[in-house]
Amino acid sequence: MERFTTVVVGAGHAGLAASHFLTARSIDHVVLERGEVANSWRRERWDSLRLLTPNWLSRLPGFAYAGPDPDGYMTSGEVAGFIADFAAVSGAPVRGHSAVTSVRRSDDGYLVSAGGGDVSCRSVVLASGACNVPVVPALSGFIPPEVRQLTPFDYRGPASVEGDKRVLVVGASATGVQIAAELQRSGRQVTLAVGEHVRMPRLHHGKDVLWWMDASGVWDQSYQEVDDLDRARRLPSPQLVGTPSRDTLDLNTLTGLGVELVGRLATVRDGIALFSGGLRNVCSLADLKMKRLLAGFDQWGGVAEKTDIEPTRVPANARWKLDLGSGEISTIIWATGFRPDYSWLDVPVVDEKGRLRHEGGVVDSPGLYALGLPVLRRRRSTFISGIEDDARAVVGHLAAELGVDAPAAASQTG
Amino acid sequence: MTTIDNGVNVKALLDAREVLKGAPEAAQFTWRASSKWEKGVRSTTTIEKFFGLGQEQTHKNETTFSSDHPEVFAAEDQGITPIEYLLVGLAGCLTAGVASVAQNRGIQLRSVESTVEGNHDIRGILGADSDVRNGYNDIKVTFNIDADASKEEIEALVAQSQKRSAVYDALTNPTSVTVEVA
Ligand SMILES: Cc1cc2nc3c(=O)[nH]c(=O)nc-3n(C[C@H](O)[C@H](O)[C@H](O)COP(=O)(O)OP(=O)(O)OC[C@H]3O[C@@H](n4cnc5c(N)ncnc54)[C@H](O)[C@@H]3O)c2cc1C
Repeated sequence: MERFTTVVVGAGHAGLAASHFLTARSIDHVVLERGEVANSWRRERWDSLRLLTPNWLSRLPGFAYAGPDPDGYMTSGEVAGFIADFAAVSGAPVRGHSAVTSVRRSDDGYLVSAGGGDVSCRSVVLASGACNVPVVPALSGFIPPEVRQLTPFDYRGPASVEGDKRVLVVGASATGVQIAAELQRSGRQVTLAVGEHVRMPRLHHGKDVLWWMDASGVWDQSYQEVDDLDRARRLPSPQLVGTPSRDTLDLNTLTGLGVELVGRLATVRDGIALFSGGLRNVCSLADLKMKRLLAGFDQWGGVAEKTDIEPTRVPANARWKLDLGSGEISTIIWATGFRPDYSWLDVPVVDEKGRLRHEGGVVDSPGLYALGLPVLRRRRSTFISGIEDDARAVVGHLAAELGVDAPAAASQTG
Repeated sequence: MTTIDNGVNVKALLDAREVLKGAPEAAQFTWRASSKWEKGVRSTTTIEKFFGLGQEQTHKNETTFSSDHPEVFAAEDQGITPIEYLLVGLAGCLTAGVASVAQNRGIQLRSVESTVEGNHDIRGILGADSDVRNGYNDIKVTFNIDADASKEEIEALVAQSQKRSAVYDALTNPTSVTVEVA
């Protein structure tokens, strides 16, 4: 059987960053990838998607965006190219088309079954992604069959939605607001079911709001300092979109486009979708949190000038029911988040809610590590710019456990 | 920070949260009311026992509530209208929430007053128009709060109290209700 010191599962930016630091410490390893490098950016994003993080935030260990437009936002294809370049520069030993079907404990480490055969190793880095499967709520089982249900993985663009009837988009995180805006602009009527969400302006005092997140240190807050870690890890993505014109995409923008806002989809009863009457409060909460965040930035930056952002305009009488059998809507799009898939992980480290038990990426089983999960070690952990520190720390722990403490003198990529 | 006191034992609540995280069975409560028809559209409901923390529990005192309907409904008005009890529940729950959140955030309250208005088109219950629903069309709560806090902090208190309110949730989200004949 083939043997490596370390196996990395997944060749997204997280697995490749792990590989970078393993190479720097001369730890022999292989990166097993079910598809190609940056697979999720090639196969699991809709056509118009651009990063919501600006180009200058696309920085990986020893590798950063060097193009002409630091304030722009990459398309999925550009991200795939960027990550593939990183893989090439760092000489990552990637084995493509090699899906891992099982990871289990062995006497001195782990046994990894993959497309190309079994591999044994002392340690495993799980970098298989946090967004492998779109989450669809159980109440989807009560939707009448004539209504088509799509997840963001099925959605490529407005052409994925058949007919010209109204579309119900459920969820108002980045995915939901972006798809709602695109469909409404394409001429469809969209109803958006809004639960708790994170509102942000694209620009604050002329700078990208994520510049403030980055520079003020908010994103660097460690998982040990976060008040309610469980909550921070479940936080929906911010209502942001990357466009060349750097526009804000909040609920007011959507209302302006003609999107109808309704409360959180609470249940479906006798073919009727019932929405929560709490829309006003989720909007107030989001407005208050945004104000606090921006006030914190101003305080940090010593900016006296006030910004004045219009509160979310909540419809006076948002409808609270929609008859799914009436033919008014033809399609529901579940923008209700994503979850990782650990069905192939035969080590008991996943809790009853499907979450990996780990402490800052050190999983609850010796020699097992994780990267790329929400607030793994810092608030910025799931973002591209968050991987460098996380991967360095996690590989540092891995090396110490193996007894190969000192980083190799010269890192290949400088 | 100066110690503030709104009379809420937040520490006990936070401790309970930690304990119940690992003991979901103990967190299962059943609230109970027993009701008896008196006469006309009047009934009396008593509340004394409930189940929680894995065992039967008893309130310090049994409480009796009369529900009736006003004279404009051709009733004797010996108690409030059942749908008004929902307002009692909502006000009680949100106010408790404001006090608890304020205590937890170190905000001293001096007074918390609120008015709750539920708009109700009674053509629904009378069967006069099938397009009109039976229950409230909407409910408006207005808080007047005097506290050592900025306007925004007070708004955040009220928002957080809604976020964690049982009655607010019960009113804004559908609940499955089973009514049987024993
Ligand atoms: C819609 C969307 C938009 C996002 N936008 C941004 C953004 O603007 N900016 C930003 O910084 N971040 C963004 N993110 C967050 C994050 O950067 C991405 O999720 C990114 O893809 C995570 O990288 P990763 O390496 O952790 O996982 P992935 O990119 O998902 O890589 C995991 C890899 O593992 C492979 N894999 C999975 N299971 C197996 C298996 N069993 N065997 C072998 N291989 C396997 C997959 O094929 C994949 O290539 C976004 C995420 C989503 C979902």
